[in-house]
Amino acid sequence: MKHIYSKKTIQRLYETMLRIRHVEESFVEPILSGTIRCPVHLYVGEEGVAAGTLAHTNKDDIIFGTHRSHGHYLAKGGDMRAMVAEIYGKETGCAKGRGGSMHVVDAKKGMLGAAPIVAGTVSLAVGAALSFKIKKQKNVAIAFFGDGAVGEGVLHEALNFAALNKLPVLFVCENNYYSTHMPLRDTRPYDNIFELGAPHKIAYARASGNDVLKVYDVAGDMIQKCRVGQGPAFIEFLTYRYRGHVGPNDNIQGTQTDIRPKAEVAKWKRNDPIRNLESYIARNKILSRGEQDKILKRVGKEIQNAHAFSQKSRFPDPKTLSDYVFKK
Amino acid sequence: MALNEAIHQMMAEDPSVFLIGQGVKSPWYVGNTATGLLDRFGEARVIDTPVSENAVTGAAVGAAIAGMKPIVEHPRMDFMMYALDPILNEAANWLYMSGGAVNVPLVIWGIINRGGEQAAQHSQALHALFAHIPGLKVVMPSTAYDAKGLMIAAIKDKNPVLYIDDRWLYRVKGNVPKKIYSVPIGKGAVRKKGKDITVVGISYGAHQATLAYDELLKKGISAEIIDPRTVKPLDIPLILESVKKTKRLAVIDTGWKTGGIAGEIIASITEKGFQYLKQAPLRITLPDIPAPMARTLEEEYYRPLSVQSIVATIETMVRKNKK
Ligand SMILES: Cc1ncc(C[n+]2csc(CCOP(=O)(O)OP(=O)(O)O)c2C)c(N)n1
Ligand SMILES: [Mg+2]
Repeated sequence: MKHIYSKKTIQRLYETMLRIRHVEESFVEPILSGTIRCPVHLYVGEEGVAAGTLAHTNKDDIIFGTHRSHGHYLAKGGDMRAMVAEIYGKETGCAKGRGGSMHVVDAKKGMLGAAPIVAGTVSLAVGAALSFKIKKQKNVAIAFFGDGAVGEGVLHEALNFAALNKLPVLFVCENNYYSTHMPLRDTRPYDNIFELGAPHKIAYARASGNDVLKVYDVAGDMIQKCRVGQGPAFIEFLTYRYRGHVGPNDNIQGTQTDIRPKAEVAKWKRNDPIRNLESYIARNKILSRGEQDKILKRVGKEIQNAHAFSQKSRFPDPKTLSDYVFKK
Repeated sequence: MALNEAIHQMMAEDPSVFLIGQGVKSPWYVGNTATGLLDRFGEARVIDTPVSENAVTGAAVGAAIAGMKPIVEHPRMDFMMYALDPILNEAANWLYMSGGAVNVPLVIWGIINRGGEQAAQHSQALHALFAHIPGLKVVMPSTAYDAKGLMIAAIKDKNPVLYIDDRWLYRVKGNVPKKIYSVPIGKGAVRKKGKDITVVGISYGAHQATLAYDELLKKGISAEIIDPRTVKPLDIPLILESVKKTKRLAVIDTGWKTGGIAGEIIASITEKGFQYLKQAPLRITLPDIPAPMARTLEEEYYRPLSVQSIVATIETMVRKNKK
């Protein structure tokens, strides 16, 4: 389906991607200086997927994320201050400093959690979809996962179970061609993850994750299918992370473990999701330079405030260690 | 590194030994423990895998059943939970279910890797779970010497052996003989002689107990430090011998309290040697709480395992009862 993009939509996609890009980059310095200590998996380069997909969701739709979910959280409407504070490990964080970067959550916004066990949350999204079906709600659940997660059996079980029960769940594979130190060619015999939809006879597609408008189109169609009872659906987005698997670069105790060819990284950077949208905006004269600057300023301010808020916030009181083991 | 040497030597000696798991071709997960193996033995016997713990572990079990001696490596114990079926339903029961016809000579190497604000899914010490299962042996080295000797013993064993080591011990140096040697599975070691209390430490707990020994001496407490080295089967006779002499028992484990190894050791000693104990034994463990992220909570969470806290806890225990 050919979509028409209102100025508002373009502006929203643009701002969401900028918020993700710049907040991610803002973690680099505090990570290198040791102020932020938890493992942080940056989403830089992959912003188009979260922004384009989640533009179609409302707060009652439910998503689950992975170890690399700052983008999903923000694009779903998660509070930036609470996310940044969480990464600093503060009591004001979205998980009260109990989870850190790998466990961002904003229940009020339908971001019900993220977890680094690879593919660990895929079946949880299936369960959320099951709840929608039972309650006859027109909502959709979305599972985000990487190319690495396709190696886990649970993904395949989840696909079968969701297809069998026609559940409103969208499987979103973010294929960034690496699973830690393993390139896709070392983890899969073929580069054809999207075809996993075929044997289940569900809707499936592959699209560039670095063209946010493509993402918006494809995800929009698939989410609509889920809403009208034609789910589940499966999308593979092709994308790339600019930074290390974990942290700014993969430097493990002085050993450089990033094995990605420099030319490959450079090639992907030429296909940057934000720059791609900026060219579209310029070509079609959608936003003026002034309007773009205003957005950029707003984003910068928001990020600055989030860090200031986080740095001012307190670490959790050790006396509260046993809180939240059980719901009282 | 001791482990690296053990695997090199055993792979050279026995062509049926092979290494399979995540990160074995990169310093990514296992540090230097796999260094040089790929170059020396090739991709057929040093197999880096996709993220597929269940199938990969199952394949290792199957290869063992078919006559190989696999070492299947998991860079974190937490990830091994996807592989519970092949480990505890298949490998653990295979020999028994086949009436002794088919054994499973397999090493399942799981690493405990925690701290650094990694939170609940990247921190867990789950050895007690496996010790619960009949048909599995569980070894947990605390010294470089044992790291090598127990790996060799595990490879040579005709049964599934969980080899569980702690990343916090990877910095510990020690004398490691060049030759191939085994540390017998099921045999503990007395690390320090003492007369006032028997302190059993599991893995990192043994390391910490040994460090606490001098501090305790300064306070007039002579602790006998025992490292069981294997948590299934436990060397209960060794611990009992010690308790007969010291009349007191404390156990340090790096897992949780409830249903853990510390409780198991105390129960066994109480059953067999209640009459020797002059006061209630004590568990020093992590609280029954998931691993938190924030540094303030982490510090509190791991505090029971600090040398300072171990010394204070044992001192309080012994003083309470010194007439
Ligand atoms: C069950 C499990 N096995 C292994 C790991 C270690 N691990 C963390 S992230 C990762 C790679 C994930 O790759 P992918 O799914 O492609 O996500 P990406 O990091 O590329 O976003 C691995 C293997 C884990 N967290 N969980
Ligand atoms: Mg990936």
